[in-house]
Amino acid sequence: MSEWNLLTLVGADRPGIVARVTRVLYEFGCNLGEASMTRLGGNFAIMLMVSSARSPGEILDALKPVAETLGLRIHLDPSTGGLHQHLTPNVQVRVFGADRAGIVAEVTEILAAQGFNILELDSDVAGESNRPLYIMNIQGYSDQTLESLIEALAPLAARGISIDVTPVDLLIG
Amino acid sequence: MAILKVLKLPDPRLKQVSAPVESFDQAVRDLVADLEETRLAGPAAVGIAAPQVGVLRRIIIVDVSTRPKTPNHGHLVLINPEILHWEGFAIGREGCLSVPDYTGNVIRATHIRLRAQDLDGVEHLYEMEGFEARAVQHEMDHLDGLLFVDRVVSRRTDLYRRQVHQPAVFPRVKAQ
Repeated sequence: MSEWNLLTLVGADRPGIVARVTRVLYEFGCNLGEASMTRLGGNFAIMLMVSSARSPGEILDALKPVAETLGLRIHLDPSTGGLHQHLTPNVQVRVFGADRAGIVAEVTEILAAQGFNILELDSDVAGESNRPLYIMNIQGYSDQTLESLIEALAPLAARGISIDVTPVDLLIG
Repeated sequence: MAILKVLKLPDPRLKQVSAPVESFDQAVRDLVADLEETRLAGPAAVGIAAPQVGVLRRIIIVDVSTRPKTPNHGHLVLINPEILHWEGFAIGREGCLSVPDYTGNVIRATHIRLRAQDLDGVEHLYEMEGFEARAVQHEMDHLDGLLFVDRVVSRRTDLYRRQVHQPAVFPRVKAQ
């Protein structure tokens, strides 16, 4: 019976990484599930659910040649999770401010104290290199009212961070 | 009345273009009654389109009236609907009875002007906004063989929208 693993690959970005890695996995008999892959600061990062009847060690061995060729570092965690475990976000938090250390910790500590579960977080540094702007977009699930989240985050506005909390309205049609 | 089977992707019938309704007879009334019963039987759907039950006719039902603080026109049976004008855009999260266990972000017009016929074939004009306008656009896509998964945008798209404030692409339509 197949088990799910969470496979992480990271290396300098170049065209063809996804094609070559997934070809190896396919030919080794692996099945792919949910994935998130993105370019971060000139690197390409892959997070990928892989199921296989083979052991984690065998999957790593199968990937070794392509990882060496492409200069990718690999990490494989046996996973207890599986497919069809989606949680739907109901709150979106958009944050931006002059870039400085600590913004993410300050925002997410407040959210965590409210029991907010982060489901997706994207952030970027935009603006000019001498005046960088930090932008973060969080989607998550919260049992709290929007008003209570907004009130909890309000002190950060005084410290120059712009925060916009909006509902994520799911439409089923 | 009957609860009909909802087609699920990758059923090829969901990719077909539906034909206009020409005779407003009892068969259409019966179909709409079954469609409504089917909509209410599933997860809280605010709309349903005839092709979702395998009937390739241009009929949709939309009802967002049960949502709090949502401008709406009540329970709508829209036959041969046509969008005359649209303006503005917003990203919103959508799911679909025909695509279980998946939701994604989709860009839709925020305001639409719509012409549609009712069960008696009488034409009506509607000005719609927000969630109701989104629901109508989602259901009307089904009539042209499109699903929201054909329109899902990258999670990151939203970030870039924030950086560049774009003017509305379409001209504003005067409210009636």
